[in-house]
Amino acid sequence: MSERTERSEGREGMPGKHGMSERTERSEGREGMPGRLGMSERTERSEGREGMPGRRVAAEPRAAGPTRRSAGMSRFAGPALRYLLLLLMTVLLVGPFLWQLSTALKSTGEPIYGPDTTLLPTDPTFGNFGKVTEVIPVWRYIGNSAIVAFASVLTNCLLGAMAGYALARMRFRGRGAVFAALLASLVVPFEVIMVNVFLTVRSLGLVDTLLGVLLPGAVSGLSILVMRTAFLALPRETEEAAAIDGAGEWARFWRVALPSVRGSLAVVGVFSFLFAWDDFLWPLIVLKNPDNFTLTVGLQYLSGTFTNDQRVVAAGTMIAVVPLLAVFFALQRMFFRGIGEGGVKG
Amino acid sequence: MIGRRWYVPWLFLAPALLVTALMTWGPLANTGVLAFTDAQALGGGQFTGRANFTRLADDTEFFRALGNTALYLVVVVPALVLLPLLLAQLVHAKLPGIGAFRAVFYTPVIASMVVVGLIWSWLLSSDGLVNAVLVKLRVVAEPLPFLTDATLLLFSCMLVTVWKGLGYYMVIYLAALSNVPNELYEAARVDGAGAVRRFRSVTVPTVRPTMLLVGTLAAISATKVFAEIYVMSSGTAGPGGQAKSIVYYIREVGLGVDGEIGYASAMSLTLFVGTLGLSVLALVLRRRSERNEA
Repeated sequence: MSERTERSEGREGMPGKHGMSERTERSEGREGMPGRLGMSERTERSEGREGMPGRRVAAEPRAAGPTRRSAGMSRFAGPALRYLLLLLMTVLLVGPFLWQLSTALKSTGEPIYGPDTTLLPTDPTFGNFGKVTEVIPVWRYIGNSAIVAFASVLTNCLLGAMAGYALARMRFRGRGAVFAALLASLVVPFEVIMVNVFLTVRSLGLVDTLLGVLLPGAVSGLSILVMRTAFLALPRETEEAAAIDGAGEWARFWRVALPSVRGSLAVVGVFSFLFAWDDFLWPLIVLKNPDNFTLTVGLQYLSGTFTNDQRVVAAGTMIAVVPLLAVFFALQRMFFRGIGEGGVKG
Repeated sequence: MIGRRWYVPWLFLAPALLVTALMTWGPLANTGVLAFTDAQALGGGQFTGRANFTRLADDTEFFRALGNTALYLVVVVPALVLLPLLLAQLVHAKLPGIGAFRAVFYTPVIASMVVVGLIWSWLLSSDGLVNAVLVKLRVVAEPLPFLTDATLLLFSCMLVTVWKGLGYYMVIYLAALSNVPNELYEAARVDGAGAVRRFRSVTVPTVRPTMLLVGTLAAISATKVFAEIYVMSSGTAGPGGQAKSIVYYIREVGLGVDGEIGYASAMSLTLFVGTLGLSVLALVLRRRSERNEA
């Protein structure tokens, strides 16, 4: 067991690691005697903590002999069982997507339910994807969703970074109050205020526009907080050096500070994109004309107009989800780091 | 300290503050005021005191929505506290390919609730795969009305919520699990503790604060359930609209053609008090568990 741990801790690029454990691993040192030092340090730290059952167990001296022998016996049984469970969970969590994909690829002549249904399409066809474009203007919906999502990335990154920079770097009267107000805005669920947000958006004349879709999520309190945390972690020296060199406030922000927090910007960007792309309730409220729908509202609309052919609905959902999943698997490390930063700390 | 003019920080903050004021604080204040009026979508609105709240107390549809949401909470929260922890335990191992499994388990989180809802509507429909399998295995004689019976519809939606949330909370738990020293497990194993015992005596005590966090997040999001029900019922909330949640009902009352803004605001305010209550409850529980540890 301990052997295995050490060996794999030395490996690079384990995907899906969130920042915290990455840091831990790095500090443990990759080569030579990996793990050992870091491990015992960690143990000591947690042994110092109070009220942890099992602490007493850990404090006992480790009997090396029996451990190694029992680890040897379960070396193959343990992982095998674990892989079996992992595969089962994969079927449960990915199977529904694959079934949808299979349905989307079946031709009209092939049954999609009843006793003759096959797991895989016998004669795969992309015809259903074409039919989606006939029933709803799916390209237009994708475009609308993309406009809102990219605009949301831009506003959350830029406005969030500006506000976060001011809160992290500048001392001024009212800073505490502004910070408290932004923190407090995090506990106001959108659902509570949606009716009145709609009234506001209506009074701005933005009903049925993409700007109206964008505005409530244009700069979330969480984006500001993540950026503030990022700027707080930067050393001040470089900015001060730039100030001595005569760089103005904006130049210090834009040219010195901002490039140093690219990681946090990416996290804010990815999550803003995802949130905007997946959002349903607000676009459903604010968009009236089917021409202006975003993809999620459009999909719901498609299933309403065309429920008699599940193949077409399935194709529509695949159009909506496949690009997103492709991006996700390309950028997955960033996703997990984002959850580590935004979900746990925030 | 770098010297600067007093207005510079405010220039940096202005756009973000403007959006927050316009899109959060203004509407929240408005909700608080309009809750005590009879405002309609088409303007007007006289101050009516507590009238909206007395009406709320007699509104059977509201209480049905409240009951549905409470049921949702009671089922979904324990499931989302426990199951993702087990899943995190499963992927918290140094095995080849484990990172790929983590990513794969996260896919339902990435997809929109609309996509997930449509996928499960198809799986759970009377012609769907789930019913086909159940009938084939002779678990049931007739296909179950997962989507057309109000109660079953709610449970189907809960299934979807849990299914989609597993990966999200799994990642939060993974962060906590990486802080559990491996030595604790090793030592417990040497002492002859089985897997269940190790889970209860080593894992759970260490990640208890995270369980509380996950429970709070899951509870707050469960009180706001909407998209699952809307999508899975094709916008009908089940037969006779009996599967409405609070948010569903607020949207219907406040944003319909003859939207009753005042009444919907009163309901929104009630919902807000509920979510705040959950947050305070979580805070109290956390304080208490910290005190017990100290």
